[in-house]
Amino acid sequence: MLTTFYRIVKYGIQNFSRNYLVSIATILVLLLAVIVFESLILFGVVGQKAISLVQDKIDISVDFRETVSEDEMLNLKSSLETLTEVKEVEYVSRDEALVRFKDRHPSDSDIAKALEEIGDNPLRASLNIKAFNPNDYSSIASYLNNESLSGIIETVSYNQNQLVIDRLAKIMDVGRQAGFLLTVILAVVASIVSFNTILLAIYSSKDEIGIMRLVGASNMFIRGPYIVVGAIYGVFSALAGVILTIPFVYFVSPYVSILIPEMNLWGYFTGNIFAIFGYNLLFAVLIGVVSSFVVVRRYLRG
Amino acid sequence: MITFNNVSKKYGDNEVVREASFKINPGEFVSLVGKSGAGKSTLIKMLIGEERPSKGRIIFGQYEVNKLNDKELPELRRHMGIIFQDFRLLPKKTAHENVVFAMEVAGRPQREIEEVTPQVLDLVGLGTKTQNFIHELSGGERQRVAIARAMVNHPDVIIADEPTGNLDPINTWGIINLLMKINELGTTVILATHNKEIVNQLEHRVISMEDGKIIRDEEKGKYILV
Repeated sequence: MLTTFYRIVKYGIQNFSRNYLVSIATILVLLLAVIVFESLILFGVVGQKAISLVQDKIDISVDFRETVSEDEMLNLKSSLETLTEVKEVEYVSRDEALVRFKDRHPSDSDIAKALEEIGDNPLRASLNIKAFNPNDYSSIASYLNNESLSGIIETVSYNQNQLVIDRLAKIMDVGRQAGFLLTVILAVVASIVSFNTILLAIYSSKDEIGIMRLVGASNMFIRGPYIVVGAIYGVFSALAGVILTIPFVYFVSPYVSILIPEMNLWGYFTGNIFAIFGYNLLFAVLIGVVSSFVVVRRYLRG
Repeated sequence: MITFNNVSKKYGDNEVVREASFKINPGEFVSLVGKSGAGKSTLIKMLIGEERPSKGRIIFGQYEVNKLNDKELPELRRHMGIIFQDFRLLPKKTAHENVVFAMEVAGRPQREIEEVTPQVLDLVGLGTKTQNFIHELSGGERQRVAIARAMVNHPDVIIADEPTGNLDPINTWGIINLLMKINELGTTVILATHNKEIVNQLEHRVISMEDGKIIRDEEKGKYILV
């Protein structure tokens, strides 16, 4: 068995090197598929980051009535935290609200003067609530609008921003779905193109397959070397894909940072380069091996 | 060893082999003769499992060839050495590698392959060209490689379908002499040919075909043109 395996690998490497023109052409096409695949990974990361940043900006805040004690507010915070839809609840006391307000307007002398004249802190304590899913804000809001809480809650911001939040949630949903669909379509197109290239490469060897059968070679002995060649195509194209992407990501990364300041594409790429190579390898080797397996099967009859 | 029992082959309405029946015993040298289109090649294709008969049974040793499926055919063919007019050698391998390949698919151990391959290539007279690729060899040399490949696994039968069709007279007789030598060593040989001169000089059994039918089967026969 080990001898047969060794012979299959030997013939695979021999076929790959002796048909070097066909090998190069096939690797080039597979490389295009790998680049499409890798771009989809990177666009996915950028898109996900953009969506999560927008999502992070959405929250609803609850303003309490003046008479409500801190204990009551913290009780509501605790009960909100038990809801499965709620990701995070932040309690902002009156003092904290004032500090933040001043921080937001450090050089506005009119505001500073107005606060001085009022003397007392005019701001109210509030809760800022973030949901896991933007679609869940409506159910959180209906929990807060419950009659039993009307005595302590003055306003819920969702009631004022409902339209914008719902629209943003829809846009993010559509963005995710469109991204997924685009990924699937492009990955399928890249796979089909690669499959056809391998089909043509093996088609040119169909007479040889016939000869091998006449000599008494088993299906495994005939198919094996082609599968090895398919895997070699995959390894080379995955490696070339990563190498070619390095300068591209280096060049594009600053522009991505302009659009999404929190995103460091170059940092992400260099930090995950082995994982990306792994995904490329899996994708390309799978296409190479499966295509070879399927195509040779067609010529193994008779 | 080989039995054809009422074997017919049809392509659509065209019957190219009609109720062929004969037996070939171990160690025989049989010439299968007839004009082009007489049905010789189809008969051989059915024997090696490349075509299935429309009717009848083909027995080769322990195998009922007409009942073998695609997965069982390689094992059958390892008992046969097959030689074609167009050589059917693996073009991207050297002469030596073509012979080695036949031994490797048969599962022969490496040490035996290294020992036997040069001997067989020497026996067929390939000389110093064993490391040449197939396209670097002449027709006669290619056919010698094909014979070396066919005989290297000590098959029960060598089946040669017009092996001299592309060769000059000198190479033709070189190849025929090789086949006779192989036969003298005990291997059954089936030679399909339309070369009258060869058949008449061999003075072995001759099965004559015409329009798909076996019209004559004679010990020490001659090629009689109708």
